[in-house]
Amino acid sequence: MTIDRAVLERHGLKDDEYARIVELIGREPNLTELGLFSVMWSEHCSYKSSRVHLKTLPTEGPRVLQGPGENAGAVDIGGGLAAVFKIESHNHPSFIEPYQGAATGVGGIIRDIFTMGARPIALLDALRFGSIEDPRARRILRGVVAGIGGYGNSIGIPTIGGEAVFDESYQGNPLVNVFCLGIARHDALVRGRAGGIGNPVYYVGAKTGRDGIHGATMASAEFDESSAEKRPAVQVGDPFMEKLLLEACLEVMATDACVGVQDMGAAGLTCATSETGSRGGVGIEIDVALVPQRETGMTPYEIMLSESQERMLLIVKRGREADVERIFEKWDLHAVAIGHVTEGGRLKVKEKGVVVADVPNTALTDEAPVYRRPMREPAGREELHRIPRESLQALPRPSDALFTLLSAPTIASKRWIFEQYDYMVRTNTIAQAGMTAGVVRIKGTPQALAMSVDGNGRFCLLDPRRGARLALAEAARNVACAGARPIGATNCLNFGNPERPEIMWQFAEAVAGLGEACRALGIPITGGNVSLYNETDGRPILPTPVIGVVGLIEDASRVVTRVFPDAGLDIVLLGASHGELGGSEYLHTVHGLTRGLPPALDLTAEGALQTLVADLISRGVARSAHDCSEGGLAVTLAECCFESGGVGATITMAGTMSDGGVDRLAATLFGESASRVIVSVAPDETAALLAAARDAGVPAAALGRTGGPTIRVTVDDSRAIECSVLEAEGRWRAALPNWLDDRAA
Amino acid sequence: MTFAIVVFPGSNCDHDAYHAAKHVLGQDARFVWHKEASLGDPDVVVLPGGFSHGDYLRTGAIARFSPVMSAVQAFAAAGGPVLGICNGFQILLECGLLPGAMLRNRDVKFHCELVGIRVERTDTPFTRACAEGQVLQVPIAHGEGNYYAPPDVVDQLERESRVVFRYANAHGETTDQANPNGSLRNIAGICNATRNVVGLMPHPERACEPALGSADGLLIFKSVVQALAERGALQAAGR
Repeated sequence: MTIDRAVLERHGLKDDEYARIVELIGREPNLTELGLFSVMWSEHCSYKSSRVHLKTLPTEGPRVLQGPGENAGAVDIGGGLAAVFKIESHNHPSFIEPYQGAATGVGGIIRDIFTMGARPIALLDALRFGSIEDPRARRILRGVVAGIGGYGNSIGIPTIGGEAVFDESYQGNPLVNVFCLGIARHDALVRGRAGGIGNPVYYVGAKTGRDGIHGATMASAEFDESSAEKRPAVQVGDPFMEKLLLEACLEVMATDACVGVQDMGAAGLTCATSETGSRGGVGIEIDVALVPQRETGMTPYEIMLSESQERMLLIVKRGREADVERIFEKWDLHAVAIGHVTEGGRLKVKEKGVVVADVPNTALTDEAPVYRRPMREPAGREELHRIPRESLQALPRPSDALFTLLSAPTIASKRWIFEQYDYMVRTNTIAQAGMTAGVVRIKGTPQALAMSVDGNGRFCLLDPRRGARLALAEAARNVACAGARPIGATNCLNFGNPERPEIMWQFAEAVAGLGEACRALGIPITGGNVSLYNETDGRPILPTPVIGVVGLIEDASRVVTRVFPDAGLDIVLLGASHGELGGSEYLHTVHGLTRGLPPALDLTAEGALQTLVADLISRGVARSAHDCSEGGLAVTLAECCFESGGVGATITMAGTMSDGGVDRLAATLFGESASRVIVSVAPDETAALLAAARDAGVPAAALGRTGGPTIRVTVDDSRAIECSVLEAEGRWRAALPNWLDDRAA
Repeated sequence: MTFAIVVFPGSNCDHDAYHAAKHVLGQDARFVWHKEASLGDPDVVVLPGGFSHGDYLRTGAIARFSPVMSAVQAFAAAGGPVLGICNGFQILLECGLLPGAMLRNRDVKFHCELVGIRVERTDTPFTRACAEGQVLQVPIAHGEGNYYAPPDVVDQLERESRVVFRYANAHGETTDQANPNGSLRNIAGICNATRNVVGLMPHPERACEPALGSADGLLIFKSVVQALAERGALQAAGR
């Protein structure tokens, strides 16, 4: 077969990329070799458009044991233990086949964690769907939730939190970003690198089939009407197989018999062999005829490119083969030696002894193209930043607006979703899904880890740099609200087609903003994932960087949640309100507008606030803590009352409005100014709390008290909101079930 | 006292049962791999929750063929206390130690939540320390926990007072609303005719510490410790 324009197009390779391949290997590649390059040089595997920007992110810190470049990042949590975590997207497969797409997304990130030698102990999901009014969006949501549950529940790793956000822009392109965290001893961390000439290369786990061929390439293209035909490129998950692999691999790693381990995710065997080889500076030679196969007549091309799930590659120490095989046999898994480590840095693929591909490892990995794609600030940003006063003529009563917001799917209770996840297995979960952050204790220590994933696509559309800063700040604030100090972050950057200069500009601005926030708050990025080409029929999603932050809690017994624990407590607002409505859920839900400037963020003030909140919680002063985000102060206050058994709240405050504001009352109640947290405190400790805030330079105001059956908010001496807690909570609880239960579609 | 916790390849609540028995209750506990032919010499056997062999076919359907199950059958036949939790309950149904079967939850969704279960009988080794009618707050986490048995079998269970737990609200009322999965007559747990084998869908091992939201489940573990101590005392007195 000759390699012509059509063949290149099918492989997603451009003419100049092909020329580069010829130059790198010194001849024309055969079709198998072309396949290897096409997956490894895909956007998904090579980060060719994003790499120059990602390099600017801070990745180092005193706690960082492993930064980006491995299967997952790792940070020190003391006592010789490490938290190993990463977030990854599975957006495209979840659109094509929601259940399997989401399930294999969970499976993929879990493999990344245990590949590092860590025992996975918690999962989070950041989900984005189209308007809930669209039956297709509801069908995708049901499938994604069932798929996440089906995989995570079976393998026995609790899904302890996450977020689900709804916006029209995700209609043809939902986002499924899965975060996993594991625990390992420092000295037991395993890297994905090959070493030791002559060491055998083992293939373990499920057999290889024709599923998922060119999955990585698919994830690097836009969607159109024909995308549904790409269903065969979505893999099928088998959580039981992964459970066996997880237990067997951890058992093998504990024996010190292997040099390196790599999972076969995107680009399958090709990626696992070339990456372990290039990281270790060695070559790998395998014979595909030895690879266990599920189907007959598979070509070397298909075997190398298959993305069948639940497979691992192990580089085993020579002489320890029997130890490794015995453990896999215990778990009824086959471990097959398919090749060995060689000198010279080449990936040599044979079929029954005949060489079918022979290329330098580094040509596939380090030598992949790097693009500085053109960027252009989108036109009309000034207009976007103006909130059109004229479209806000008929303002609803604040109590009505509050109820509308509480029923909005982005704000409403996510119980319908998280009750389909086993969030308790392993008996470590001390703050479950639905709280500000998920928290798991670490048995055998007094510690706990808090984690949160956050991102606001509307903020990022309006101002990507500010939006990304706000995303990192919110995720860190959320873990602080459980009493934790942030120790590391992972990012999942979901954007449209990077070949459009406006999208590339959004991406670059967002990464720059993320870097600023990370540096200012002292939180390193230890890894992550980029998902581009999130467009259908030329309509891009909102630029959506999702940030996962992990925080350390020294005393697990001090953990608090957002819920007011009792009546008769003082309610204190920490942080300053500026009455900013830009990009708010209020503007979107009540007025149908995505306009204005996102809230300003002073990173110094943010850092001071987070330190103060974690400190107040660890000293037992703050009895609950909840950050103000979507829906502003009014929604935040209501959420503090929900699931408390009907404890209400009465507060009084002065109104505020920013320059571009439109309505003082709405801006005060529903504006989403950053760096604010509502805490509750016993009245005899309020003075001490306010003094601590003053010392920390954090604005603080005692606004009122918990108790009574109602939520009452007075602004500028007039009653703005008065409603029953139970009625408000009923609306908040019922919204998702009303959309998702008992409907044919 | 020694708890033997049977580990199938897809068990995932084995460590939770171990933690509850060993670290919360302070008893001895050890794992027994499903390929073992012997249980050792335990005082109590626990079949933990999880997805024993993937359970794609029917929950627990393959686990009954694991070598260890003959030993579990023999242990039960000799009067030894056996507790099946969630998937462990499903395995007890499949291997015939308990009657009935599990259907998918009536809304065909997986459910993870804290539920109330009313203690119907205190004359089993696993409810000895409970009060009759007491409502325990214990979590469920399952997709197939909708208990079913033919009417004559359920009638027999009722006649022989072998329904040990029923889903109930905080007031102890076994309402339809308190039934999370559609189980016949709100049945959450049952025992065998000799009352030493108990299976239940809720997870008492997840409710043994206040930090986890409830410590009510500890009563079930304490019960068996108390029951065995009483039996030991009786045997010593009779000797």
